Amino acid sequence: MSKFKKNGSKGMPAISTASLPDIVFMLLFFFMVTTVMRETTLFVSVVTPKATEIKKMEKKSLVSYVYIGSPVKRMQTSYGTAARIQLNDAFAEVSEIQEFIATEREAKDEKEIPYMTTSIKADETVKMGIITDVKQELRKANALKINYSTRKGTY
Amino acid sequence: MASKRRGLPEINAGSMADIAFLLLIFFLVTTTMDVDTGISRKLPPMPEEDQPEDDSQINAKNIYVVLINSNNQLLVEGELMDISQLKEGAKRFINNNGVREDLSENPEKAIISLQNDRGTAYKTYIRVQNELASAYNELRNESALEKFGERFIDLNKSQQKEIKKLFPQKISEAEPKNIGGDS
Repeated sequence: MSKFKKNGSKGMPAISTASLPDIVFMLLFFFMVTTVMRETTLFVSVVTPKATEIKKMEKKSLVSYVYIGSPVKRMQTSYGTAARIQLNDAFAEVSEIQEFIATEREAKDEKEIPYMTTSIKADETVKMGIITDVKQELRKANALKINYSTRKGTY
Repeated sequence: MASKRRGLPEINAGSMADIAFLLLIFFLVTTTMDVDTGISRKLPPMPEEDQPEDDSQINAKNIYVVLINSNNQLLVEGELMDISQLKEGAKRFINNNGVREDLSENPEKAIISLQNDRGTAYKTYIRVQNELASAYNELRNESALEKFGERFIDLNKSQQKEIKKLFPQKISEAEPKNIGGDS
């Protein structure tokens, strides 16, 4: 009986907290690595179409994004549901694309300009009309490398 | 009696850091960052103002005409075709090597001409692009297996270049037309 009593009164030894910083750092690193900062708030809803023959985009700093889709719910009261273009943080007209490409270029090194890519992130429900207009503008701006953003998947 | 007084020995925490780093490295390796994927294409430069049109010397049989209308239907070489057959059709056309009179002379000369309507759905357009890219990729893969005994993606740079020269991906897009209406 005395045996049990002694054990009970002593209790468990305290768990060492020396490794707690390690664990915290580990979590910190983990989140640091996986978090992708979203540089723009999307005003248009974009669900990219599926494709199988896809390639990864390289050199993200050299990519400019053109979003095309119908405005999100809270914007529909003022902008309607027709497909629109979004550049950076605002809705844009087709005619503004050349200007947009020019400002994107200004921010980059001259040597990097030929490697700049324009990624078209368009919703799968939009019509080709608006895409064609965008493509024509890109041709005029001489931004010929484009990439149709797609998800991986089969039909 | 002495051991009872000391109680349980303290757990050695020296290896905890190692375990933590192990986990960290595990997550570093396995986490894939949100990568952007897509189909890359190159747009043709804008035609010069005074440039005469000179596409007449391309033999008509070397062009594979793919039209998509505003109802997302395909007209391939003048015939209605389902999208699921496009890949096979394109492969047959590209890899004809002069066997059939109405198809391409060889893969290097083969050109796929793609034209869509303003009312075509983007989804259909991407699917057509995807099927055509897939046709080329399969042909390159077959050729790579035959020549080097390896898949195209496993080849080195110069070998890939050689295969690409045999099967250049020539997809030409005509100036847009508006037949079926925007809607």
